[in-house]
Amino acid sequence: MKKTVSMTINGAPQSHEVEPRLLLVHYIREQAGLTGTHVGCDTSQCGACTVHVNGVAVKSCTLLSVQCDGAQVLTIEGLAKDGKLHPIQDAFWEKHGLQCGFCTPGMIMSAHQMLQRNPRPTEAQIRHDLEGNLCRCTGYHNIVKAIQYAAEKMAGK
Amino acid sequence: MATARVLGASIKRREDPRFITGKGNYTDDLKLAGLTHAVFVRSPHANAKIRKIDTARASKAPGVVAIFTGKDMTGVNSLPCGWLLPELKIPPHMPLASDAARYVGDPVAIVIAESQSAASDAAEMVAVDWEVLPSVTSTEKASAKGSPQIHEVAPGNVAFNWAIGDAAATEAAFKAAPVTVKKRIVNQRLVANAIEPRACVARYDDSTGDWTLWVTSQNPHVHRLLMTAFVLGIPEHKVRVIAPDVGGGFGSKIFLYNEETVCTWATRQIKRPIRWTSSRREAFQTDAHGRDHVTDAEIAVSRDGKFLGLRVKTTANLGAYLSTFAPAVPTYLYATLLNGVYEWPAIHAEVTGVFTNTTPVDAYRGAGRPEACYLLERMVDAAAAALKMDAADIRKKNFIPKFSDGYQTKVALSYDSGNYLGAFDKLLGMLDYKKFRTDQAAARAQGRLMGIGFSTYIEACSIAPSKVVGSLGAQAGLWESGKVQVHPTGKVSVFTGSHSHGQGHETTMAQIVADSLGIPMDDVEIVHGDTGRVPFGMGTYGSRSASVGGTAIVMSLDKIKEKGKKIAAHLLEANPKDMEYVGGQFVVKGSPQKAIPFGQVALTAYVPHNYPDGVEPGLEETSFYDPSNFCFPFGAHACVVEVDPDTGHVKILRYLAVDDVGNVINPMIVDGMVHGGIAQGVAQALWEEAVYDGASGQLVSGSMMDYTLPKADMLPFYETGRTETPTLVNPLGVKGAGETGTIASTPAVVNAVVDALSGLGVDHIDAMPLTPERVWKTVQAAKSRK
Repeated sequence: MKKTVSMTINGAPQSHEVEPRLLLVHYIREQAGLTGTHVGCDTSQCGACTVHVNGVAVKSCTLLSVQCDGAQVLTIEGLAKDGKLHPIQDAFWEKHGLQCGFCTPGMIMSAHQMLQRNPRPTEAQIRHDLEGNLCRCTGYHNIVKAIQYAAEKMAGK
Repeated sequence: MATARVLGASIKRREDPRFITGKGNYTDDLKLAGLTHAVFVRSPHANAKIRKIDTARASKAPGVVAIFTGKDMTGVNSLPCGWLLPELKIPPHMPLASDAARYVGDPVAIVIAESQSAASDAAEMVAVDWEVLPSVTSTEKASAKGSPQIHEVAPGNVAFNWAIGDAAATEAAFKAAPVTVKKRIVNQRLVANAIEPRACVARYDDSTGDWTLWVTSQNPHVHRLLMTAFVLGIPEHKVRVIAPDVGGGFGSKIFLYNEETVCTWATRQIKRPIRWTSSRREAFQTDAHGRDHVTDAEIAVSRDGKFLGLRVKTTANLGAYLSTFAPAVPTYLYATLLNGVYEWPAIHAEVTGVFTNTTPVDAYRGAGRPEACYLLERMVDAAAAALKMDAADIRKKNFIPKFSDGYQTKVALSYDSGNYLGAFDKLLGMLDYKKFRTDQAAARAQGRLMGIGFSTYIEACSIAPSKVVGSLGAQAGLWESGKVQVHPTGKVSVFTGSHSHGQGHETTMAQIVADSLGIPMDDVEIVHGDTGRVPFGMGTYGSRSASVGGTAIVMSLDKIKEKGKKIAAHLLEANPKDMEYVGGQFVVKGSPQKAIPFGQVALTAYVPHNYPDGVEPGLEETSFYDPSNFCFPFGAHACVVEVDPDTGHVKILRYLAVDDVGNVINPMIVDGMVHGGIAQGVAQALWEEAVYDGASGQLVSGSMMDYTLPKADMLPFYETGRTETPTLVNPLGVKGAGETGTIASTPAVVNAVVDALSGLGVDHIDAMPLTPERVWKTVQAAKSRK
């Protein structure tokens, strides 16, 4: 039995008939067609599917889409505004905070929330707050550097 | 206006804008009309006969399009083994097992449905009647009496016995040696865990008889060749394999796997496109695993610390079947590296490859070389401990002196160039080694267990030449292609047979081209990962893309310039021999005012009205480069740790790396790869292990909850340095940077922990990872001995 689920993703209204068991991440990828949000595991470890739901960073594999009926969702595709990269996106580029790019959308969405909560995190705080996101390419070195750089840039504004 | 050279500059990556905005194009992102979804039915048992597979109920489930078992795949052959050793036992490895399953995860049926959930539901309804048999997963027990026989063709589960070096000379060296040290060294099994799971989309076009396969591959041409020529018997030229954006590989995406093979076969049956995407659980069970050696190693030394001999006996676990390049990894990619960066009178190594009821093992980042480096660096430290010598001093005493034109090792390889002491001295300087030892003594006096570990390593990469690797058993050539297509407007498309899945080729290869032609990088496009666009290619593994793939491009660029000189000379009424190419222009030597820019020559080549006789129109060249030798990056790493004696927890205080990868195209990218490599090697030392339950044969650490992948707060910032000793093997002077970190770092960490515990009388720990439990037990055992 399908259910209609409506939500706003990156400011655009979405409404789809879905199976109640459909995860938010699959709603985003398959129904809304926004494939920047990735699936890297099946146990909510990797964080590649991190998006913001009503302003809170969540792993979109841990929510059913029916739980997000009426929600405001922000994905990686919604971060740049008017063709201008968000400072965190720019920082990942500038500091070489990505290699294969697969974990990157989730990393950026997590970093975005991290800096909202704590605009000037220490290195240790950054590393701790990234506990929900796995990267296999960078050894995290340049991801931490990128978040430090973004924090500086954003504070300077 | 003088512009800074792009070659050697830390230029930001051109591929990044699509990744940071969510516009990457990974296989699972692909949307096709009429797409169906596949789920594989897999063996839940490590070793079981298949009595019957009943698909009747599943076939009637809602949304099911088709279900196939191995029996349906008539005329389909075994997945091939691409590296043969003498008397290698090659058991059949069918894309879908139909007689028996030999590891947990072995696929036996494919269920194809209108949606992913429908396929999953129906797969649950496929009833397999299993006759469960005893299994063996342990490397050491594989050939033990009473262990089940896994394949008829391999008695005692032995796939091969192989040896290298001089047995008699080594025996004599050990007999005469005043000091010998023997250790058991277990190099545990690992899972690559690229964050993007494997995936494929297979589409058969009924109207043309063409296939397109999008697949998470490091080498799409190799995938196509193996699949068409050996397994499916379909025409190679009718199959296009595309490896789009690929989210990491680390070796695990080199190999031809069951799933893409079955989907390519099945799409023709159902005449609709099929998508399969691995779950992480499936990735743990079916992506080729890495390492898994058990070794008895002996080192012979003089009383003043000179190495006299090395003797190694290794059992390598190959898993249930031979993965594509499995036999090469524990032999030619392992034992040939046992010479390391040291001078040896004699070395002998024997390797036995065994089958077990486990996931097939193949190349994982470093592939054989980390196992060799770990063994050697551990034995060097064990020898130092036996002689009560400093770990830095024993290394310095045995380094091969600086050389630039070749060094013949005792295990077949001839190194290109090296300055091992140079890299080590730089590391010691970064470390302030003397001060560290003073600090360590002070810490020890307070009961704190601080330790330092070194790893002075060598890597062999860009394996070649084809003639030699062929004589050693490779069933493939190991050259690379590079095609340079100059468009009439002077813009350039470059087609490389190597593939980027994080390495940044779209940037680094454009740097090579822009530097060579003196044109802006924006005028250069790098095309890779598509058999429909790239002439041919061997792909990316073994840190070969810059050295082999890059050189193929350079060769084509040279041809372009030679042809351009003829065209420019004609336009200038000069002799082609008097032309040179400088700063983006063809110039008459000694007459800088007589010059034709690159773009004008390009246009002339396509509009050949005023054109030299005997020169073909067009400006496009293809080259195939087969290197004359491997390249041998090297370096020195150090790790500083503190061990908590009460919990066994290891804290990394500093990690330092000096790597020499030859000339560097993009330092930012090289450093990034070194960082990632270090993280993977550190993780082997401290956290990662694929664990099988001996009784059931189940993969216990089969998810990211159970298998400890490193997180950001488990790792430090890495302090990296560099020396540059160009190779003479290729014109770029580049060696390879993709694997150095992984090779070097594992022994540095373990040596550091052993050093930290040395005051308790610990000189070795048999097995990794050095989890708190293992370290704590080591501490307790050491204390109880005292």
